[in-house]
Amino acid sequence: MKTEDLKNIKDYKYGFTTDVENIRSPKGLSEETIRFISNIKKEPSWMLDWRLKAFNRLKVLKEPDWQKPKYPKINYQDLYYYSAPKSASAKPKSLDEIDPKILETYKKLGIPLDEQKRLNGIAVDAVFDSVSVATTFKDELTKKGIIFCSISEAIQKYPDLVKKYLGSVIPLSDHYFATLNSAVFTDGSFVYIPPNTRCPMELSTYFRINASETGQFERTLIIADKGSYVSYLEGCTAPMRDENQLHAANVELVALDDAEIKYSTVQNWYPGDENGVGGIYNFVTKRGACRGKNSKISWTQVETGSAITWKYPSCILQGDNSVGEFYSIAITNNHQKADTGTKMIHLGKNTKSKIISKGISAGKADNMYRGLVEIKNKASNSRNYTQCDSLLMGNKCGAHTIPYIKNNNSTSTIEHEATTTKINEEQLYYCNQRGLDQEEAVSLIVNGFCKEVLQQLPMEFAVEAQKLVAISLEGSVG
Amino acid sequence: MLNIKNLEAKVDNKHILNGLNLDIKPGEVHAIMGPNGSGKSTLANVLSGKNGYETKGEIKYDGQNLSELSTEERAQKGIFLAFQYPLEIPGVNTNVFLRTSLNSLRKARGEKELDTLSFLKIVKEKSSELGIDEKFLSRQLNVGFSGGEKKKNEILQMKILQPKLSILDETDSGLDIDALRIVADGVNSYKNKENAFLIITHYQRLLDYIKPDFIHVLSKGKIVKTGNANLGVELEKTGYANFI
Repeated sequence: MKTEDLKNIKDYKYGFTTDVENIRSPKGLSEETIRFISNIKKEPSWMLDWRLKAFNRLKVLKEPDWQKPKYPKINYQDLYYYSAPKSASAKPKSLDEIDPKILETYKKLGIPLDEQKRLNGIAVDAVFDSVSVATTFKDELTKKGIIFCSISEAIQKYPDLVKKYLGSVIPLSDHYFATLNSAVFTDGSFVYIPPNTRCPMELSTYFRINASETGQFERTLIIADKGSYVSYLEGCTAPMRDENQLHAANVELVALDDAEIKYSTVQNWYPGDENGVGGIYNFVTKRGACRGKNSKISWTQVETGSAITWKYPSCILQGDNSVGEFYSIAITNNHQKADTGTKMIHLGKNTKSKIISKGISAGKADNMYRGLVEIKNKASNSRNYTQCDSLLMGNKCGAHTIPYIKNNNSTSTIEHEATTTKINEEQLYYCNQRGLDQEEAVSLIVNGFCKEVLQQLPMEFAVEAQKLVAISLEGSVG
Repeated sequence: MLNIKNLEAKVDNKHILNGLNLDIKPGEVHAIMGPNGSGKSTLANVLSGKNGYETKGEIKYDGQNLSELSTEERAQKGIFLAFQYPLEIPGVNTNVFLRTSLNSLRKARGEKELDTLSFLKIVKEKSSELGIDEKFLSRQLNVGFSGGEKKKNEILQMKILQPKLSILDETDSGLDIDALRIVADGVNSYKNKENAFLIITHYQRLLDYIKPDFIHVLSKGKIVKTGNANLGVELEKTGYANFI
């Protein structure tokens, strides 16, 4: 990567705000707010009932506090739960009707919504604050029977699918943030791949928080019907603000018999400044159910942004012979904190799971891998392999690994390997002696450390992610 | 090319080099021999700009004061160190490392970066000269390499990066006779009127293959004796005792 490129992005380059007029819900969390959201989305009554049920449940739930990164108490009455650009309130029918300012925002972010100038073979759904503003390539996908639209649209057009699967992986009463999301979720993506269909392109959602004092609560639901395949990517950015913003998304994946879902995330929410002021609280619930036999769900995440990342993309391996995978790179620099990992719950016979986690910590940051591998008593001949590697840069950062391992079946095997290393002065010297400067050397070594995970990403994303890895760690050595 | 005057070096308050003088001209091959702890590797490290040394005296390289240059700037200006213990970098292919390195040097010289194809052509040519299997290049840098492979890889890097001053820090130690010959052939085939070598070694046997113009005996951080190629043969017979 060239030095001028690095300079351009040295300061979080996605930190700009877009000046658009917004429609907002009343401030605070209340039945009124929920009715407002449901009403503005013209939702059917079953959806409103579902939300209210979640809200009632929320009243008795407590915010969890067992995580390592502590944060000041969030005042839920001080947040806006819905914010949408005014121009999107009547859903634009074509790209021409989208507010040019929003199109410009996505252009600046490098996400072309214009199908003519599209990224090759990637269909994009763009979510701006609380609403989906554009979904590209719909027609081409529709021909194959693939549904790729905003969840709001899916609630209107495909209520049977939504009713059947929404909340089937993350139930209403799951835990505080997930239940909060169920009550107030605003938008997100919906994907349905019909039986025996291979989705011909990468599907991608791009999330952008723009408005201030706003939480983002998106909801994504992906269903891969029997024998189908889909690869889905998500990217995220937010403006620089000195307040902390809450992002509490729910993502549910369902893979039926012989289906495969590959879900990749490159998370680059605003991490806060060098002194730890501002940044996104990324409290996300992601869970996939390998419901059918021989199904497979693979999570890949590159987490470089956010003040606090707190998430465990998980797989419930219900179907016999199903496979769950989790590949993760979590980078924390300055005052960033991450408590992330996965859960692999083996229920079916001959189920397999694999966890590769790479944590990199620099500055005064704290990086925690926390994971659960549980093999239930009926899951005979199941296997898990876990590898957790931590890389430390400097003397003020921390890396922690907490694996929870429960094996209730004597025919099943769990393997766990973990390493912690410090970036090695000798390696840097070796690279310097070959003409690489400090930044290039760090980038090379760190990308080498992350290679097994980067390889899992689709090509276009892998290149971006590599650059992001280098940028996130800039100035952390020397 | 290289003029060292009265070089002193300290690490953790321990004096290692104590007034070392050395002049190297283009086209010359210098060998430095000396017992353990005499300061041979320190000299190599100070020349290449490793951190942690407190130095006094003067090192001029092509008329420029070397102490003003960072490690990578020295490399970019043509100083190459073949490491005694080449480092492992997991996850980074040898090819990728070599290309990154070559392109950093080219960039610093204001040349265009090489694309993959032209790079691979160069690598292919140089590795076949050294009898290195190409498969070796797609392995992670030095990870799981044998001692001999690591050293051969250093020589390959030298031939690809084309330095002006090559410093070989005990490249011969731990090599069997075949690997030794390959390393020596690598050096001999690269040697020309423009570039120079500083070869640090314990043993005469490498110098059977690479004919040095000068041999220096280093003791307690100073050069105590300088001679021609015959000095090495003498040392092999009598040991260092006569000189220190």
